[in-house]
Amino acid sequence: MKVEGKRRIWKDYQKEIADDRYFYVRSCVRQNFFPASEKMFFRILKEELGKDIFENAAHTTCSGIGYHSDVVPFETTMTMVARQFALMTESGYQNFTTSCITSFGLYTEILETWHHFPEVEARVRENLKKATGREFDKPSNLSHASDVIYKFRKEIGEKARYRLVNKQTGQPLRCVEHIGCHYSRMFPGKGVGGAEYPYVLAGMIEEWGGEVIDYPERRHCCGFGFRQYLIQANRGYSLSCSKKKFDSMAPYKPDLILTNCPGCPMFLDRWQYTLSEMEGTTYGENGQGIPVLTYEELAGLVLGYDPWDLGLQVHQVPAEPLLDKMGIPYDSNRKFLNRDGQSMGRPKAPSFLKFY
Amino acid sequence: MGNRWVAPKRLLFSNSIKMDPQVIIIGAGIAGLTAAGALAEKGHHVLILEKEAQPGGHVAQWDRLFPSRRPGSEVLDHIRKIMDGRVEIKPGIRINGIIAHDQDFTVLTEEGTSYTGQALLIASGFRLFQAERKEEYGYGIYDNVITSAEVETVFKQGKKLLTSKGTLPQRVALIHCVGSRDEKVGNLYCSKVCCVTGVKQAIEIKEQLPQCEVFSFYMDMRMYDRHFEELYFEAQKQWGVQFIRGRLSECSEAPDQSLIIKTEDTLTGRPLRMIVDLVILLVGFVPEPETGKLVEMLGLSTGEDGFILPSDEHYNDNLTTVPGVFLAGAVKGPATISNTIADARAAALQIDSWLKTKP
Repeated sequence: MKVEGKRRIWKDYQKEIADDRYFYVRSCVRQNFFPASEKMFFRILKEELGKDIFENAAHTTCSGIGYHSDVVPFETTMTMVARQFALMTESGYQNFTTSCITSFGLYTEILETWHHFPEVEARVRENLKKATGREFDKPSNLSHASDVIYKFRKEIGEKARYRLVNKQTGQPLRCVEHIGCHYSRMFPGKGVGGAEYPYVLAGMIEEWGGEVIDYPERRHCCGFGFRQYLIQANRGYSLSCSKKKFDSMAPYKPDLILTNCPGCPMFLDRWQYTLSEMEGTTYGENGQGIPVLTYEELAGLVLGYDPWDLGLQVHQVPAEPLLDKMGIPYDSNRKFLNRDGQSMGRPKAPSFLKFY
Repeated sequence: MGNRWVAPKRLLFSNSIKMDPQVIIIGAGIAGLTAAGALAEKGHHVLILEKEAQPGGHVAQWDRLFPSRRPGSEVLDHIRKIMDGRVEIKPGIRINGIIAHDQDFTVLTEEGTSYTGQALLIASGFRLFQAERKEEYGYGIYDNVITSAEVETVFKQGKKLLTSKGTLPQRVALIHCVGSRDEKVGNLYCSKVCCVTGVKQAIEIKEQLPQCEVFSFYMDMRMYDRHFEELYFEAQKQWGVQFIRGRLSECSEAPDQSLIIKTEDTLTGRPLRMIVDLVILLVGFVPEPETGKLVEMLGLSTGEDGFILPSDEHYNDNLTTVPGVFLAGAVKGPATISNTIADARAAALQIDSWLKTKP
């Protein structure tokens, strides 16, 4: 494989990412799945990078899950998104940053729709005004939160206490990067690196010392896909998607999987447990799984935050093998304590997946 | 009169012009060379300006031609014989201006020289689609993804078609319509020659590597010209080439550098995943960017496909809206070699007629 071929493509897909004053909107599901990730994004931007980031407590879902599940009409979705933009405008911000990939795709889709069909935008403005009395400016810059971390990957790298390097061997950690489908597949020009060889996560991995693995099913869906998961009868397909990816990446012996979507880390993490229970198959070494991280979690590890403050204990696949490789210390006795130091209870150990 | 134009024996380049030419031809591919020969036969002074170091255009790079599989060099040799000693070719020319006068045209080059002629024939051809633009196919990234042009180079050098590791491929996939009929890359048109080139190359691969399985992934097999359909049948019946109706969705590299391709067999309605050793992309035609500059200099028009529009697509296919400026060959869109030669001869007749009636 010629990496220079990829670099040539990456050059064609560079997007403008605002460098300060972000209006942040959260994901509907990430706070449950990976509770510390969004908090870590705030900490990194505010405390590590000294940036201005703001969220308005009145913001809601973008309705993306409902939209993609065909239960919320596009007109309604557009009006809800317009309300989010109104909150940004009222808060005095212009740079809109989303935590969720589906939201990012949806905001992009709506802004593109309005660009090509101004009469639709006018109608949405009218609807919003009638319904809420609000008006809005469109964002001058739209980015996904992973774009922002990508933009500051060098600054984070300069502050890094740990790198993506195996402490024992000195070799770069082998990293799988998995991009959420809605990040750039619909609008390749809106994602760093485009749709086929996205660079947004690969850039972080390279900057922080790791090595990116290009495996055959790299582009395949993680298995989330709303219709695959929300419809119970389709969940076997969801699991099959994840299994196809694990089978494809396993020969490359990845040390971790890095993701930028709410659904991908959830499914790539939880389905490893499910597959191990169903088939006795584990995809890491010695019965271990392959740790799956969000970009905020990985940035937090690199910056030296405590793994349990990053919420890694709620992952189904234990992160300890990765922490050991990176040389990150951790206190196993604190793993299942809450922030007040009380025990949250220790989960039952899986049948096959190595538990710590 | 023809003796004044020196190009002895082969298409060699002369450094001197004996006198002002009557016709300046831009492009020394088969269109330009054929038109030059035809005009020289009629006694006109012709000068060809060529941007490359050697004449012959794409045909000079091609090993054998469809449907007969005669060597491309035969066609060039034939054209060369007609031209011998009668046409001058200036290689390595970069044009940076054209001045239209009342009775003639002056072509200015980046080197600071100028050439004046009474008629101008644009025969600057096409460029092959840059396969890198179909990013999902991995050309320029995966070592065993190559183009149809590279296959011709291998055959022309008399070499065996091998994988990047130097092994004989056991399975080869030919991918049709790369850069053609593809809204994603902005080319809605058919490149006309890729289907039959794919059939020809499939047969040639089987001839060279009988043990190799060859698969062709196509949208439609456009076997429109004489002997094309027969060649298509030969590929299936005699050589066992498997034609699968489906467009490639993506190509990935396996740890052993073989390639995993995904497509759909649209005749059975099933998704299909296959491991092959080589993927050959049948790249189509795109307008030559240098021609775009000529279009601007002369105030010509192009279609949405970017190729030059003639003044009338039925009656004046070789004329432009600028009197004295003519077109030949693939500057007007994808064309076979036979069509290009016929078109270049037609252009020569139009130019001859125009020079004779010119005040």
